[in-house]
Amino acid sequence: MNLRRLPFTREISLGVLVYLYVPVMVLIFYSFNANRTATVWSEASLDWYRKILVNPSIRDATWNSLVLATAAGLGSTLLALAAALGTKNRFRGLAVVEAILNAPLILPEVVVAVATLMLFVAIGIDMGLTAMIPAHIAFCIPFAYLPIRARLEGMNPSLEEAAQDLYANRFVTFRRVTLPLMWPGIMAGFTLAFVTSLDDFLTSFFLSGPGSTTLPVYIFSAIRAGITPEINAISTIMLIVSVALVVTSFLLGKIRR
Amino acid sequence: MTNPQSAISVQSVSKSFGRGDSAIKVLQDVAVEIGTREFFTLLGPSGCGKTTLLRLIAGFEELDSGSILIDGERVDHLPPFRRPVNTVFQNYALFPHLSVAQNVAFALEMQSLSRAEVIRRAGEALEMVRMAAFANRKPSELSGGQQQRVALARALAPRPKVLLLDEPLSALDLKLRKQMQIELKQLQAEAGITFVFVTHDQEEALTLSDRIAVMQGGRILQLDTPRAIYERPSHRFVADFIGDINLLEGKVDGGAIQLDCGASVAGNFGHAPGDRVTVAIRPERARLAKSGEGSFAAEVMHSAYLGTATLLQLRLADGREFLLRETRIGEGAAPPEKGSRVSVHLPDSALQVFAA
Ligand SMILES: Nc1ncnc2c1ncn2[C@@H]1O[C@H](COP(=O)(O)OP(=O)(O)OP(=O)(O)O)[C@@H](O)[C@H]1O
Ligand SMILES: [Mg+2]
Repeated sequence: MNLRRLPFTREISLGVLVYLYVPVMVLIFYSFNANRTATVWSEASLDWYRKILVNPSIRDATWNSLVLATAAGLGSTLLALAAALGTKNRFRGLAVVEAILNAPLILPEVVVAVATLMLFVAIGIDMGLTAMIPAHIAFCIPFAYLPIRARLEGMNPSLEEAAQDLYANRFVTFRRVTLPLMWPGIMAGFTLAFVTSLDDFLTSFFLSGPGSTTLPVYIFSAIRAGITPEINAISTIMLIVSVALVVTSFLLGKIRR
Repeated sequence: MTNPQSAISVQSVSKSFGRGDSAIKVLQDVAVEIGTREFFTLLGPSGCGKTTLLRLIAGFEELDSGSILIDGERVDHLPPFRRPVNTVFQNYALFPHLSVAQNVAFALEMQSLSRAEVIRRAGEALEMVRMAAFANRKPSELSGGQQQRVALARALAPRPKVLLLDEPLSALDLKLRKQMQIELKQLQAEAGITFVFVTHDQEEALTLSDRIAVMQGGRILQLDTPRAIYERPSHRFVADFIGDINLLEGKVDGGAIQLDCGASVAGNFGHAPGDRVTVAIRPERARLAKSGEGSFAAEVMHSAYLGTATLLQLRLADGREFLLRETRIGEGAAPPEKGSRVSVHLPDSALQVFAA
């Protein structure tokens, strides 16, 4: 059946688009507003961007977020890669293993965050980045795993056999054939994990300690003091960073292929 | 029993997949000696175990029992990368992330040759399959036939003792396949390499091979030259599988075979009286004859002019079909018309008789 022939396809699509993106557009628009009150337009200005660039707490929070997201992205991608390779050959318990790996997608994050907090307190781990990094790695695993797995499934198994047939041992086969072919999946997995960690509020909020505030946590506390255009500006920058990352990884994946 | 001349010696190899009751026996007690520089073909219907035998020789599957020797040395415990054979995969399996030149150089780099040597020999291999002009392309930018040639060059570049080819031509259209068949044969002669070639196309097997092993259900039924397999099939299955053939059921009656269609054939061909047998005859060996001694009547159902011959589709007295390929309907002599009655003669020397 031709989808374009269904009635109102165009209208509904347009409605969904507006529904999804209008809030973000408004946020970006008002980040260039000179007025102190975030929702009243006076004139265009870059003042808020200038302000956040010199604000030391924002700079620290940005740094923390980037460190955390990088660590979570790398850690979870490595684990996901190992999991994907380990489950490459179909076996009986594969569905169970996948369910366990992907559990963070369904488990209520607040429950896991509280549980992690209690565990860390019980075993005496200080709150802060040391607590946040392992927690972020854990919930980022499925985001890294799914694209890697998809890529691996799509790979022609005779390519690895061909490499071995042409005198490459298992290690060389992995380095010269498997890894390069999986690279787009790995990049996509890392990017998704990175962005997911960058955006996380709940887990970070529960586990952050003095000096380890991340951007989402900072925005949350700032907003309690009143919505300012400053927050719009920070959010806009975060948005741009995320989108840029996803686009870059997409393009890199395309070139690699 | 090891033949010192054999390039490959497969000795009573068995292989099954799965375990316990659900195990499927894919190869049963297969034994083959393949000579050096031989063009050896594994021929058989889908699922008969051709690919499995090839994968066992290459090292992608493990034997259940038996042994495999290459140039007199046991290889069945060695991983694929330690065996002096290369494979041309059915789907080519070219590395999509590497250029044509890098694909061909892959095995050479593994052999720790100098950079210059790698480039020289990869170039040579590409030259041999006339693909040098495409060295910098990616496999995805090549046609099927071109990919096939690159796969061949990649497997030939390290100069293996044996090349294993799994239906390498099956993805090509007819014209290209014919052309590649000739090229393959030439290449094999030039490079002086043993070829183990898998196909389920009997015509391809007959034209290319020095010897053919006809397989069915995990066993080798007959192993012989193309001529012997075509002219003296050892099993009814082989006769039926290779080329067109007429199979006539009958019963041994004293010194003759009484066919169900009414005709009789002199001689019992070594079968005991009372035995049910199948008499096989190729369409081109049966003759149109004057009615009388040693011939039987048939009705012409269809007559197809093929240029070099006329193919007659006949109906026998018992309703069975019979194919007859007549090359002697010359100038002036019109082929029998549809619906007309002819008589068919079966020369004794053209008959094969199998126990039914
Ligand atoms: N990995 C496997 N696991 C289970 N059964 C298998 C496996 N590989 C092959 N088989 C079975 O073994 C039998 C022989 O397979 P094989 O691929 O050798 O056939 P083939 O002669 O190459 O057929 P084709 O002409 O279709 O390629 C088939 O019945 C197939 O289903
Ligand atoms: Mg096969």
